[in-house]
Amino acid sequence: MKTNLEFTAEFHQPDMPDIPYNTLNLGPTHPATHGIFQNVLKLDGERIVSGEQTIGYIHRAFEKIAERRPFYQITPLTDRLNYCSAPINNTGWYLTVEKLLGVKVPKRVDYMRVMVMELARVADHLICNSILGVDTGALTGFTYVYQYREKIYEIYEEICGARLTTNMGRIGGFERDFNPKVFELTRKFLKEFPPVWREFENLLTRNRIFMDRTIGTGGLSVERALNYGFTGPNLRACGIDYDLRTEEPYCSYEDFKFDVPVGTTGDTYDRYVVRNEEIWQSLSLIEQAIQKIEAEPAGIYHADADHYYLPPKQEVYKNMEALIYHFKIIMGEIDAPAGEVYQAVEGANGELGFYLISDGGRTPYRLHFRRPCFIYYQAYPEMVKGQMLSDAIVVMSSLNVIAGELDA
Amino acid sequence: MSGISHEQISSHVTTQLGEVLTMIPDAYGIFTAEVPLNQLYRVVHFLFKDPALEFNFLTDICGVHYPDAAGRELAVVYHIQSMRHNTRLRLKVFVPVSKPEVPSLTGIYASANWMERETYDFYGVQFLGHPDLRRILNMDEMVDFPLRKEFPLEDPLREDKKDYHFGR
Repeated sequence: MKTNLEFTAEFHQPDMPDIPYNTLNLGPTHPATHGIFQNVLKLDGERIVSGEQTIGYIHRAFEKIAERRPFYQITPLTDRLNYCSAPINNTGWYLTVEKLLGVKVPKRVDYMRVMVMELARVADHLICNSILGVDTGALTGFTYVYQYREKIYEIYEEICGARLTTNMGRIGGFERDFNPKVFELTRKFLKEFPPVWREFENLLTRNRIFMDRTIGTGGLSVERALNYGFTGPNLRACGIDYDLRTEEPYCSYEDFKFDVPVGTTGDTYDRYVVRNEEIWQSLSLIEQAIQKIEAEPAGIYHADADHYYLPPKQEVYKNMEALIYHFKIIMGEIDAPAGEVYQAVEGANGELGFYLISDGGRTPYRLHFRRPCFIYYQAYPEMVKGQMLSDAIVVMSSLNVIAGELDA
Repeated sequence: MSGISHEQISSHVTTQLGEVLTMIPDAYGIFTAEVPLNQLYRVVHFLFKDPALEFNFLTDICGVHYPDAAGRELAVVYHIQSMRHNTRLRLKVFVPVSKPEVPSLTGIYASANWMERETYDFYGVQFLGHPDLRRILNMDEMVDFPLRKEFPLEDPLREDKKDYHFGR
């Protein structure tokens, strides 16, 4: 039996000098990583031989903290997962708790949630795609569309007072009704944003340089993508029309009409195009949601669940039951049944799941976040292997890896 | 094709592999079963390969610590999904904290790699056959497994937050 050494000696060609590979640390703080995580790349010239990720730089132990907090105090933790689309995380968490508690939410609340979630999706995809432009050298488009993220934040601000880490809503609904300004701003956004986004698409989608940079880089076959646990736009870019909004409708998504765009090769360009199309679908969803909200009886913005939904403050001063419920909810003394719940929502970059184990106590016994980035980012070395260093940057950008979600 | 009932799954698994699943009732409609440790890989591999089930997608792996359950302190929970049938199921294995060894699923699902590393990182579950079982989110020098219940989140000496102050 031959030893390994003999085996390699047989194939080793002495006339080829041993060129040592270069090691390059991409990150932890590098402008192109868009977040704090490190890639140790082994390079042969400018080709990537292998890569290894180091993550955990902003790990904040949310799962541990959550074991000590009453349900409503966990919402701010979810904000900080994928902070580009915090309302989706918030709503996902509320749906999880509502499922555990058996709270039935009125249709109007569902539609309001759909509206903010789709706004969040637009904001998230907008950032991802415009930054992808920046990473390929097209800063103009980014500076042009980025102000529309601000317009979305202004809508958030009108709804809940916060912009980035929104902590929007409550278990059972929203803390207050949408005021008319919200609809006014959203309508204005729906009118002003499409021409801008169309112009952005004109700049990039058929741009020769952009296409050359992105087509064929970072592709992944459907089988590998599934095996690697891809979800969201990254999976759809590979050609699977899997979208939780249609497969397991939550928040009355079944009442809406929208298409699920899919790609074919799963490369960077497909991811870009899928996200673009999702923005158009989201805009249509927002419009439908506004119409549906207005068709429902006005003034309903939370479930009729006294035990779980925080009463209005004016009532707390006047009404004994309201005071009791207020106290119980704030102190985390609500009656939560023991049980296990898994609830997933279609986050902006994939399936965001919450696995909640309740033992009937005031806090979760265990809460696990299924973070889409964390799971698909492990495929990154395989996706960039054999490609150029500059492609690696573009692939990472198009995967939309958000450090907060990666590290939890 | 959509949906595959719990009875179909359990009867199919039982006819092919024998009585390997211990059903755990779940009020929220997800197929939940406990699997003996030595059958885990076999069951998951069967679920993955079987053309009638095709559980081709590993959604999530996480650990849970039950310090009071002697001999089965640590649980590893697997959420597996069949995209073709749009069905999820949840499998659990229990291991003693003194010998937390669980077979790795990296041979079936590539995505299990980091999920198992995360579970190891926080609970100290040793995944046998894992290609690279290191800490992932915490620093390498750490010796403890922080999500175990013996590490209370706040200073245990603090008096002002004791439950009896709040009538609990």
